[in-house]
Amino acid sequence: MSRIKTTLDALQSAGKKALIPYITGGDPKPEWTEGLMHSLVEAGADIIEIGVPFSDPMADGPVIQLACERALAHDTSLSDIFSIVESFRKKDKNTPVVLMGYLNPIEMMGYEIFAARAAAAKVDGVLIVDLPPEDADKLVPHLKVAGLDAIFLIAPTTTDERIASICQHSSGYVYYVSVKGVTGSASLNVEDVAEKVQTIKSIHDIPVGVGFGIRDAASAASVAKTSDGVIVGSVLVNLIADNQDDLSAIKQGLHDTLSSMRQAMDA
Amino acid sequence: MGTKPNIKFTEEFLSKIPSDTGHFGPYGGRFVSETLMSSLTELEQKYLSLKNDPDFVKEFDADLADYVGRPSPLYFAERLTREVGGARIYLKREDLNHTGAHKVNNTIGQALLAKYLGKPRVIAETGAGQHGVASATVAARMNLECKVFMGVEDVRRQALNVYRMKLLGAEVEGVTSGTQTLKDAMNEALRDWVTNVDNTFYIIGTVAGPHPYPMLVRDFQSVIGREARQQCIEKEGRLPDALVACVGGGSNAIGLFYPFICDEDVEMYGVEAGGNGIETGEHAAPLCAGKPGILHGNRTYLMSDDNGQIKSTHSVSAGLDYPGVGPEHAWLKDMKRANYVSVTDDEALDAFRRMTLVEGIMPALETSHGIAYGLKKAATMKSDQIMIINLSGRGDKDIHTVANIDGISI
Repeated sequence: MSRIKTTLDALQSAGKKALIPYITGGDPKPEWTEGLMHSLVEAGADIIEIGVPFSDPMADGPVIQLACERALAHDTSLSDIFSIVESFRKKDKNTPVVLMGYLNPIEMMGYEIFAARAAAAKVDGVLIVDLPPEDADKLVPHLKVAGLDAIFLIAPTTTDERIASICQHSSGYVYYVSVKGVTGSASLNVEDVAEKVQTIKSIHDIPVGVGFGIRDAASAASVAKTSDGVIVGSVLVNLIADNQDDLSAIKQGLHDTLSSMRQAMDA
Repeated sequence: MGTKPNIKFTEEFLSKIPSDTGHFGPYGGRFVSETLMSSLTELEQKYLSLKNDPDFVKEFDADLADYVGRPSPLYFAERLTREVGGARIYLKREDLNHTGAHKVNNTIGQALLAKYLGKPRVIAETGAGQHGVASATVAARMNLECKVFMGVEDVRRQALNVYRMKLLGAEVEGVTSGTQTLKDAMNEALRDWVTNVDNTFYIIGTVAGPHPYPMLVRDFQSVIGREARQQCIEKEGRLPDALVACVGGGSNAIGLFYPFICDEDVEMYGVEAGGNGIETGEHAAPLCAGKPGILHGNRTYLMSDDNGQIKSTHSVSAGLDYPGVGPEHAWLKDMKRANYVSVTDDEALDAFRRMTLVEGIMPALETSHGIAYGLKKAATMKSDQIMIINLSGRGDKDIHTVANIDGISI
């Protein structure tokens, strides 16, 4: 069984929801990322999403664009991300790691090599923002062979028919993009999210994580009530941006933000 | 160069390109975030239902005739032909269109689609500003709200067009992310679209982007080649031997080439921006020096490093300063139906001056790339052979750039 499924099953048995933080790999510098990942786990993360930096992140808002630029200023590559995860995994055997990014870096590496190297680094899942299931038929078989979960997005504009198809193509969880917009853009509407998550749940039983627009403990808690997991990115990346030269301040900030979300979700 | 694939280009074969899923062989596709998928499907269905609808076709053709001023002439460049001393050189005068370039053929078509889809707001990306101006123009005429994204580097290079867009009532947003040129303008337009997808139509300016854009932009621009084919037969009694057009995203080139694809004796040359020279790495020639990858919704030849990061490009011409190219060109390259070459900034500037002095036609710097290669190629051809160069746009917008290079401030 995949580490993601094990984790989500255990949370469900305990009546808890997954807290899934996102940070961009290599931001502000690659040698800090592994330490930040451990801090996220200590603060209550159940699954970690690591962004693979890309020069043209067109689905992201300015916060994550700038994070990509900081990471790329150190030439953080997909290979570097694998090394970071491999190193993280030596100390943390249980917390699933999902790589999130854009297709071109994977395309350049080659799908088969990518899948094999990700599995060797003990990555658990892959979410490619600009790869809907329709165009994923060449990549997904390699992910399956390598034992990696393929996570796809569902949006407010996704029709019921597509929801069914996307859920069938996904494993681990599906990522519901709670607002029309780029990452970090707007605050979500809790009622709308609840309604759409309910629709997804009525169509398929795969766990649903919700991301985009979750800024604080209160929004995390309300989204947790209606979904299986809360994905939080831009607010954490902002903390990194504000303290680029101060590792301990970043760790403290991540810890405070995430643990307040954890407490609110578990309350 | 490998061997030519053993394919006979027939109307029937071409009618399956792109496939129902938007693929040109391995290229094209729909690589976008999920939020945009329903809009792309809606657009595709609407377009497929309208493209052969007599009312839609009539409205489009009437606008091209009375508003754009089509057909554009096929002009025999007699003096240039004599000076070059090779093939008979014809110029397809897209520079005489309303707004001064081929871009308006496509914006007329897409604005009509926006109207039929009931979208009150349009957005566009622009490099040289020609597509931005063409979008702002049709938006003004159809009373649509219009916002144009333009890299701040290009805002500086193309100040005249920026002001034109503003006069036309469009909002111009200078894009400061990334390399601050066309690709970043396209990123920002996609970000706007994903945020305002309910009320906004994205008028993409070239044959790139996610399916169905490469197909529908090609179809709207194909009027160039249809006219040129007929005009050439009328003037010369036969088809041309060679077609030449500059290629950034490739919309003017595909517009000229497409109606000739099944005429396999007609050679086609797409001319990319060689910048400071391919060997310097400072260029914008993905077909000549790139490799297949994914950007802006489609798989195509790209300027990408080994880690998959998009490389910065260089061209004296803002409209060609783009790291990707339309997926149909990628396919035509692999199928060896079209040839893709490059010329440098300097060669393009020389062609700009030569065309201006010899024919009294001042071409855009983008267009000048096609001319530069066309003149070289024509010189190697026989005097009874025929070449058509797509004079895709006029050069008024580039006078500041050329004057700067000459050290003149105006």
